[in-house]
Amino acid sequence: MPDALLRTVNMTKRFGGLVAIDSLDLDVLPGTIHSVIGPNGAGKTTVFNCIMAFLAPDKGEIWFDGERIDGLTPDRVAASGISRTYQNLRLFRNVSAIENILVGMHLHLRTSWWSAVLSTRANREEEREAHREAERLLHFVGLRGRGDVLARNLSYGDQRRLEIARALATRARLIMLDEPAAGMNPRESRELMVFIRNLRDERGLTVLLIEHHMQLVMNISDRITVLDHGQKIAEGLPDEVKNDPVVVEAYLGTRKRHPAEHA
Amino acid sequence: MSFEIVSSGFQHRQRTGTPLSQALKTGIVFGVLSLYLALVGVYLTFDKSWVVVNVLSMGRTLLFVVPLLAGVQFARLNRSQSRAVQLGGTLLVGLIVGGFTACLLPVILFGNLRVMFVALSSPLAKMLALGLTPVLGAAVLVAGSAAAALFGALLTVMSPTVRRPITVGLAALAVVALLQEVLQLILRGGGAAFSFITRGLFQYGGLTVRGAIIVFVAAALVSIVVARLRAPFKARFAELPPGAARFLRQAGIVILLAAIIFFPLIGGSFVAQVFLLVGLYALMGMGLNVEVGLAGLLDLGFVAYFAIGAYTIALLTADSPHALASMSFWAALPIAVLVSVAFGFLFGIPVLGIRGDYLAVATLGIGEIVRVLVLSDVAQPLLGGAQGILNIPSPAIGSFELATPTSLYFLTVCCLALATYFAFRVQDSRLGRTWMAMRDDEDVAQALGINLVKTKLLAYSIGAAFAGVAGAIFAVMLKSIFPHSFQLLISINILALIIVGGLGSLGGVIVGALVLIGLPELLREFGEYRFLLYGAVIVAMMRLKPEGLWPARIRRRETADA
Repeated sequence: MPDALLRTVNMTKRFGGLVAIDSLDLDVLPGTIHSVIGPNGAGKTTVFNCIMAFLAPDKGEIWFDGERIDGLTPDRVAASGISRTYQNLRLFRNVSAIENILVGMHLHLRTSWWSAVLSTRANREEEREAHREAERLLHFVGLRGRGDVLARNLSYGDQRRLEIARALATRARLIMLDEPAAGMNPRESRELMVFIRNLRDERGLTVLLIEHHMQLVMNISDRITVLDHGQKIAEGLPDEVKNDPVVVEAYLGTRKRHPAEHA
Repeated sequence: MSFEIVSSGFQHRQRTGTPLSQALKTGIVFGVLSLYLALVGVYLTFDKSWVVVNVLSMGRTLLFVVPLLAGVQFARLNRSQSRAVQLGGTLLVGLIVGGFTACLLPVILFGNLRVMFVALSSPLAKMLALGLTPVLGAAVLVAGSAAAALFGALLTVMSPTVRRPITVGLAALAVVALLQEVLQLILRGGGAAFSFITRGLFQYGGLTVRGAIIVFVAAALVSIVVARLRAPFKARFAELPPGAARFLRQAGIVILLAAIIFFPLIGGSFVAQVFLLVGLYALMGMGLNVEVGLAGLLDLGFVAYFAIGAYTIALLTADSPHALASMSFWAALPIAVLVSVAFGFLFGIPVLGIRGDYLAVATLGIGEIVRVLVLSDVAQPLLGGAQGILNIPSPAIGSFELATPTSLYFLTVCCLALATYFAFRVQDSRLGRTWMAMRDDEDVAQALGINLVKTKLLAYSIGAAFAGVAGAIFAVMLKSIFPHSFQLLISINILALIIVGGLGSLGGVIVGALVLIGLPELLREFGEYRFLLYGAVIVAMMRLKPEGLWPARIRRRETADA
């Protein structure tokens, strides 16, 4: 078995008295689609926020590609090769789609601001190449020709695509998608499924996925981790997780514990 | 945008009243406005200047402009009513406004409220009575107000082909009358050719009767000719190949720019002085625009960098016991810029983690710290305390000293051009995009690999550099500097001018500086009242055109798509 690309060891995050993540050990293997599922409030997005260094874990370690990344600032985490999307879209709404992607390419543009002032040849060439790559990314996510539209004027589904394109623009090796299918109709989520597979198969990316859409998760995941109340209650292949009684209980509750839910 | 929702709702509510309630409401609103203008002393102050010398004072004009505007407002709201309703309503509006104003007469003559309202004096009573006996004067005032309202309403409902020449003519008359002092100064400086015009239009203190008629008729004629030629000209322009059209448009902009830049050459030293000030504020505006407009970092302590640039020049070049060296201006200028940049960097550090409104307050503190430090006894031996630093020499090129406002103005224009080019190149570069991202969403920007510390400090440093240059020129302009030149008000003025011009827009900075710094300077004869205009312009702008006079490309798109 290869070494994990992303590994959290004993990661714990508390908000006051609430334990949002409880001693989580998570191993994401390179080249896999790894899903994190669980009921609302299980701590899934908190896991993303801790990995991306939006939040500092109270305990534990986070390793990425053999380097320890907890304690770094978010920009350093991004530079190490991790990128993410957000549960409630966070595009730069007032600029065009292509500018959103260009911001995402910040990390691998090299020329300095004063070469832009002097308009040096290196700077102009880099800008031209950056625009070309941004166009390719737009094409890849299915937004060809929509580059000049303001981000906030794109349809909801297109905004989701654009956010993924922006995340891809960083050339990250691990991409974390936070509920990418939220608000999508069945056809769109089927397309998304194919798209996420492409990320793995064509681009060789590792995908860490939070998703509520069970059919999508079961179809594309190589491995699934189930969280409930911040604890890992199950992990394994989709089929193993699906039939795990602990998981079923966490999701549906038992008749005894939650009579109201089934009334 | 939320502003539009608010304003459209407001107008909608206004339109639903009956004509009678409309007339009452309009009359009362403008009547109160008239009372206000009287109470704060506007009427009386303006009574000292003339629209037409010895015939019509500005104060009296204003007295009837208020009911005129009330008539316009009423007619606008009741366009669809019958003629009789419009006529009656307008007369009622005018009578109410005039009545409100006339009420002040007995208050002044029989009451004594001067303890509270200094302006309620017998000169005001004389002015309101139009020089007649109080009773007769009040009657004329009320009747005149009604007539003015009627005229306003008439203007509103008549066909645009007639209305436009009249309004343009009146507007031209108002502008010429307001700016007469400056205009006369400019024309006198222009030699024989202009002195002919001067004698034809003006006498000491304002326009002559003949001058007023000439201005009105000339402006009206120009407006008629322009209206005639406009459509065929537009059609011709549309037929041009796109390359030629673009060339023409660009040529037009270049000519306009050149006209503005070289205007002080013919305008004489007063105009040059005003333009110099406008240029310095525009230069600072360029700097603050980098911080606020591009990077979204609200800075209320911006004057600190202006002060640092000025004091660096003073310390390095002045012929004074406080001087550290006696360099030439040109050698000291780069050092002043570097010192400003260093302080921009330094002051940026403590406020790095602060966002939004809190940032404004924190930077406000920094600006005040600098001013208080410079004033303090501790820094007195070094910076001269309240006595400031005197004897700052003018910059010289060879044996030519840049001592006049005009020469310093051209120095400012060169620096401003450089700064504008700099900002123009940076805003579309990778750094500009980084600022934009940070302005929109700091967290997301950081998660895309943007180093917030570096990006913010770069914004502060570049902004400070522009202000440092402005400070350096300011120091040699005054030839001496004092701590009280660097008040908080300057920071606020700069912020106001970039907002009025259009946040994030380079053209907007210059337009904003012309409107908010240039106009008040030209209207100096109205004393403190010009700041009333200043405030009114800002409020009106935020209400009517929140994206600014010259909106940034992005914001123009935003409002176009909204």
